[in-house]
Amino acid sequence: MEIKLQAILPGQKLMHLYRQMVLSREFEEGCAEQYTKGRITGFLHLYSGQEAVAVGATAGLHHEDYILSAYREHAQAIVRGSDPRRVMAELFGKSTGLCKGKGGSMHLFDPEHNFMGGYAIVGGQLPIAVGLAFSSVYRGEDRITACFFGDGAVNQGTFHESLNWARLWELPVLFICENNFYGIGTEVHRSSALASIHKRTCGYDIPSEKVDGMDVIAVYRAVRHAAELVREQRRPYFIEAVTYRFRGHSMADPAKYRSAAEQSIWKSRDPIPAFAKRLLEESVATETELEGIRRECTELVKEAVQFAETSPWPESSELWDGVYVPDDAVGESDHV
Amino acid sequence: MSDMTYRDAINLALREELRRDPTVFILGEDVALYEGSFKVTRGLLAEFGAERVRDTPISENTIIGVAIGAAMGGLRPVAELMTVNFALLAMDQLINHMAKIRYMFGGQTMLPMVVRAPGGGGSQLAAQHSQSLESYFMHCPGIHLAMPATPADAKGLLKTAIRSKNPVMFLEHELLYNSTGSVPDDPEFLVPFGKARVMREGSDVTIVAYSRMAVLALEAAHALEQEGVSCEVIDLRTLAPLDVATIVASSLKTGRAVVVEECCGAAGLGGDIAWRIHAACFESLLAPVKRVSGLDLPMPYSSALEKLCIPQADTIIMAVRDVVNGRT
Repeated sequence: MEIKLQAILPGQKLMHLYRQMVLSREFEEGCAEQYTKGRITGFLHLYSGQEAVAVGATAGLHHEDYILSAYREHAQAIVRGSDPRRVMAELFGKSTGLCKGKGGSMHLFDPEHNFMGGYAIVGGQLPIAVGLAFSSVYRGEDRITACFFGDGAVNQGTFHESLNWARLWELPVLFICENNFYGIGTEVHRSSALASIHKRTCGYDIPSEKVDGMDVIAVYRAVRHAAELVREQRRPYFIEAVTYRFRGHSMADPAKYRSAAEQSIWKSRDPIPAFAKRLLEESVATETELEGIRRECTELVKEAVQFAETSPWPESSELWDGVYVPDDAVGESDHV
Repeated sequence: MSDMTYRDAINLALREELRRDPTVFILGEDVALYEGSFKVTRGLLAEFGAERVRDTPISENTIIGVAIGAAMGGLRPVAELMTVNFALLAMDQLINHMAKIRYMFGGQTMLPMVVRAPGGGGSQLAAQHSQSLESYFMHCPGIHLAMPATPADAKGLLKTAIRSKNPVMFLEHELLYNSTGSVPDDPEFLVPFGKARVMREGSDVTIVAYSRMAVLALEAAHALEQEGVSCEVIDLRTLAPLDVATIVASSLKTGRAVVVEECCGAAGLGGDIAWRIHAACFESLLAPVKRVSGLDLPMPYSSALEKLCIPQADTIIMAVRDVVNGRT
């Protein structure tokens, strides 16, 4: 029998998870709208459908734990605590953006919330996560590093090098693979000899498990348990969260490589209404309360868009800022 | 001052900085127990222990990625790539990550890290172990690039690199490891970046060079003195930042310049430096700037062929004669 929600988390916390999933969805759908209006440009990879992974996983971590992710990372930053207005402003390329308009959608970074970056080279963040975990051990800190990546990353050299290294040096890294079954248009079984990704870690003696990435509570419980193990044992752990993106790889992708039947099966498993249903069934919330959360999140995204729209563009004088640290022991540079 | 080899000067710089700052640590293939494939890290494991002097798997891209993460987490990693040729396995972390992270994250983090790598040709190691890749790194914004020619600069530049808040590629020349020179004993001896050194003053021609090419340029200058040609030799010390002011001032003074690079000439850094001289000194030049470059070939193994690919003192002498005699 399924454990009751309130035996796992207090009602207030459960409502918080619901709110974060709704905010993530509303934010992404708001981004899509702004993209079609031409206000967000460049690449735009949306997270709709995968919310249970970011929300459940982040709830299972401590705030001082480092998080790194790939380029589909708006929700991970917002769920971690980044201001949605500043994330939207970054997507608009405005100076009030999280990275002052220098990074855009794929390169959010918010050290205040220990969100150590979105990286747009597939698998590029894995070695960096290992290095951050090493810095924590070296400095005697209690924190762990959670590294998100997609199913496409598992065939990169950095995946294998990083898993080997993390186990060899006994570093507190929690690897979280968000398996949404497609690396752009290539399905996992067409790119991986062993499509069951979590089984690949046996080559590196790293324990792993597969979790339903459409169930926020399942993800939360798995990550909380794994994070405790990683923190206590100072060793890596690996979670494969099976999920699905409701949109194409990016806004430029109509996702014609996926059948309508497949998409409709996954949409029927949408993590947000599924969790709402449980909250109602178990009387954690009323429909009025959930509706209130939805309205509030819609409003927050409107505010974010308004903030981004009215924010100033970066000045041309900011162009050269941030390449090098200017007050450097190396003296004057003609680049600074 | 103490006389020591270029290798020992680098070792001393590492030792002093490891003593000075507990956040400094060393990582790389065979750097600890084996003491480095060129023995640059000799004795460091014994003095500083396995926590701070760390052997790694043969995973170059991840060596750099781990160094990046460690630097982001507040440490000062000094990563060794066994040779600069293996940097090509790490180009994703070096170029897409190390060089970009500060800028693309809006200046919110810094990467105080050093990547040391021996390189250069002349040891008959053939095509995959003899490259000079400095132009690759100089082409990429976000990286500082130091290439010492002397033991003193090797010590002073490396200490500056380790204390820098920016990522530094520190390229050592394999044929210079046994060269000797006077090195200041002062543990606070630092050589600033972006300040070229006039190795020798002269009035007829400016020779701009770096690393082992600066040593050969000095040799060439001595020989040319016998012919009555007075050469000013500039050792750039760092290619990024580049000390354009010193190059230009000297070229204005002599009216002639030869730029020497060990790397292949095609799209090489010598072309960029030559252009800078032309752009700033065109009216004052008595002859077009001449380039001396490595040949545009994969390095051959045979000593008879290899020496033809790498600029020699004689090649520099001929180039200087050409410039002085108005031959282009």
